[in-house]
Amino acid sequence: MPTPAQSLSYYDGRLLLIGLLTTLGLAVAGCGAGFLFGFAVAILRTTRSRAMAPLRAALFVYCLLLRRIPFLVTLLLVFFACQSTNAGLSTFAVALITVGLIATAYLSEIIRGGLESVHAGQWQAARALNFTHWQALRYVIVPQAWRVILPPAVGFLVMFIKDTALASQIGVMELTSAGKVLGNKGLPSMLVYGMILLLYFLISYPLTRLGRRAESKLAFARNR
Amino acid sequence: MCVDEGEIVSLIGPSGSGKSTLLRVLMGLLPLDKGSVRMNGRIVDYADKAALRALRSDIAIVFQQYNLFQNMTVIDNVMVTPTKIRRWPRKEVEQHAIQLLSRVGLSDRLRAYPDELSGGQQQRVAIARALALKPKMLFLDEITAALDPELVDEVLETIRELSSDGIAMLIVSHEMGFVRKLSSKVVFMAQGRIVETGTPQQILDAPVEARTREFVGKILRH
Amino acid sequence: MPLQFRPILEQWPYLLGGAWLSLEMAALAFACGMLIGLVCAALLQLGPPYLRRLITAYVTFATNTPQLVQIYFLFFGLPEVGVILPPLAAALVGMTFNAGAYLCEILRAGMLSVRSAELEAADVLGFSRIQVLRYVMIPHVMKVMFPSLSNQFIIMTLGTSMASVFGVEELTGRTMSLGAETYLSVEAFIVAAGLYLTISLVATFMLIVYGRVIYRIKARML
Repeated sequence: MPTPAQSLSYYDGRLLLIGLLTTLGLAVAGCGAGFLFGFAVAILRTTRSRAMAPLRAALFVYCLLLRRIPFLVTLLLVFFACQSTNAGLSTFAVALITVGLIATAYLSEIIRGGLESVHAGQWQAARALNFTHWQALRYVIVPQAWRVILPPAVGFLVMFIKDTALASQIGVMELTSAGKVLGNKGLPSMLVYGMILLLYFLISYPLTRLGRRAESKLAFARNR
Repeated sequence: MCVDEGEIVSLIGPSGSGKSTLLRVLMGLLPLDKGSVRMNGRIVDYADKAALRALRSDIAIVFQQYNLFQNMTVIDNVMVTPTKIRRWPRKEVEQHAIQLLSRVGLSDRLRAYPDELSGGQQQRVAIARALALKPKMLFLDEITAALDPELVDEVLETIRELSSDGIAMLIVSHEMGFVRKLSSKVVFMAQGRIVETGTPQQILDAPVEARTREFVGKILRH
Repeated sequence: MPLQFRPILEQWPYLLGGAWLSLEMAALAFACGMLIGLVCAALLQLGPPYLRRLITAYVTFATNTPQLVQIYFLFFGLPEVGVILPPLAAALVGMTFNAGAYLCEILRAGMLSVRSAELEAADVLGFSRIQVLRYVMIPHVMKVMFPSLSNQFIIMTLGTSMASVFGVEELTGRTMSLGAETYLSVEAFIVAAGLYLTISLVATFMLIVYGRVIYRIKARML
C-alpha cells in the first residue's frame, strides 16, 4: 500500500482545496440567502391581516414541506425539474438553488421562533404607543429576537455543511466528490475518506464551538 | 361612564370584573364588541387606522407589567416614540425626556437598561415614557400590582405629583387609600358591568348597591 | 409542461415497499443507536476519565461529520482491511454510528436536567436509591427527552434516503429506478416527496399522541 506522502500529488491537494471551498461556498451562500429570505418569510408570517392569510398559509406549507422531505429528494427533484425545462443550469447552480430553498425554510422557522419568544407585552406597549407593525418589529421585536435566533442559526449552518455532502450525487465537485475522485484514482479509500472526514470536522467543529459559546453568552445576558 | 378633562377617575372591583379589559378595549388593543366610545364628542371608529392613531396620540397607557423595551436604555425608551414614530425634533424631545425622568426621580439612571432597574424604577420610567407624548389622558392599569410592597409608595407618589398637572386619568387600582385621596370619581365594576358610580366618599364609605358594599367591606378590612 | 403521474402512481406497491424499508432501517438504527447512546451517556457520567475522553471524541467526531461520508468510509474503506459489508449493512452501521452519538447527547441532556431539588425531596421522603431512580428520575428524564428523541427518529427516517447512493432499495433508491425506467423522474420525485412528507407527518402525529398519553407531554405540532 503506497504511503500518503508518495501518492498525494499537488493536483490531489488542489482538488481537495477546490472541494473544500465549494462545500463552504454552497453552505455559506445557501445559508446567507436562506437567512435573508427566511427573515422575509418569518416577518410576513407575523402579519395579522386577513388579506395576507393566503400568503401566510402558502408560506406555512412551504416551510413544512421543505423540512419534512430529505435533502437528497429535494435536490434530485430540483435537478430533474431543471433538466426537463432545459434551463441550462450548472449542477452547482442547481445545488445552490436547492440549498437556498431548504435553508430559507429552516431558518425562517428559527427566526419565527425568535420573534415569538419576545414577550407579548412588548408588542402591546409598541402598539399602544402608535408603532405600526413594521416599526414595532424594527425597533423593539427584532433587536430582542436575534439573541434567541443566533445559536440555533449557527447550529443550522453546521448541519448544513454536512448536508452539502449530498450535492456530490448530482455531480457538484464539492468535498465528498473530491474524495470519490481520489478514491477512483487508486488511492486507498480508507485514507481518502478518513481525510475527507477530517476536513469536514475541521470546518464544522470550530463553528459548533462558536455556537455553544454564543449560546452561553447570550443566555447569560438575558437574565430575566 | 365618563371622564372629563382633567378629571381623575378610578375603576375598582374584584379580579376578573373586566377593569383591565376595559382599558385595553378603549386603547384599541382588544376588539370592541358592543357599545360605543366617544372622544371629544365624536364616536371612535376602532377599525379606522387613522382614528386609532389619533386616539393613541391623546391617550397613553401604563401597564401593570411596565413593558419597557428591553433592548433600549431608559432615556431611549422615553425618546423613541416622539422621535422615531412622531418625528418630533430630537433636541426638544431629549430635553423634555430628561425633564420627565428627573420628575419621576430617575435622572441618574438615564443610560441604564430596564433589567438593571427595580420594579418601581421601571414603572416610573414607564410613566415617563407615557408622558413623553404629552397625552391629554393617562390610563393606569394596576400599575402597582406587580411591585414589591416597599416599591409601591414611590410610584404612587409620582402619580400624586402628576395629578396636579391637570392631566385626565383613568386609574385601575386596588390601593384604596390612593383611590380615595386622588380621585374625583370612583366607578365600581363587577362581572363586566358598571355597578355603581360616585365620589370616593360615596362609594367607599356609603355604597348604595349590595355588591359594592360587599366588595368595599372586604377590601377595607385590611 | 404536462406532468404524467399515472405511470408512477401505478407502481405504488413498489414505492410503498421502499418506504417501509426506510422505516425499518430507521427503527433498527434508532434501537441500536439508543443502546450505544445509553452506554455512552452512562459512561460519561460514571466512567473513568480516559473513557470519558474517548466517548467525547466519538460524539464530537460523529456529530461534526456527514453521515454520507461516514458510510462511504465504511463501504469503500473497510474492504481494504478485509471487512466487506453489503450496502444495506454498511448503511445501517453508518446510521447507527451516527445515531449513537446524537442519542448520547440527547440522553445526557436528559439526565442532567434532573434537578437536584427533586432528588433531595425524594431522598428526604425516604426513597431508596432504586426507588428514586424509578419513580423520580426516569419518568422525568423520559418526559424531557421525548420530544428530542421523536425528532431524532424523524430525522433518521429522512436520513435513510442517502442509502440509495449505495444501491439500497429504499424509497429514494426505488424512486430513482422508477424515474429512470419511465423517463418521468420529476413526477417520480414529486411522489416520493409526498410519501416522505406523509410518513413524517404520520410519524410525528403518532409520536405526539404517544407522548400525550404516556408522558402527558403537551407537544406543539409540526
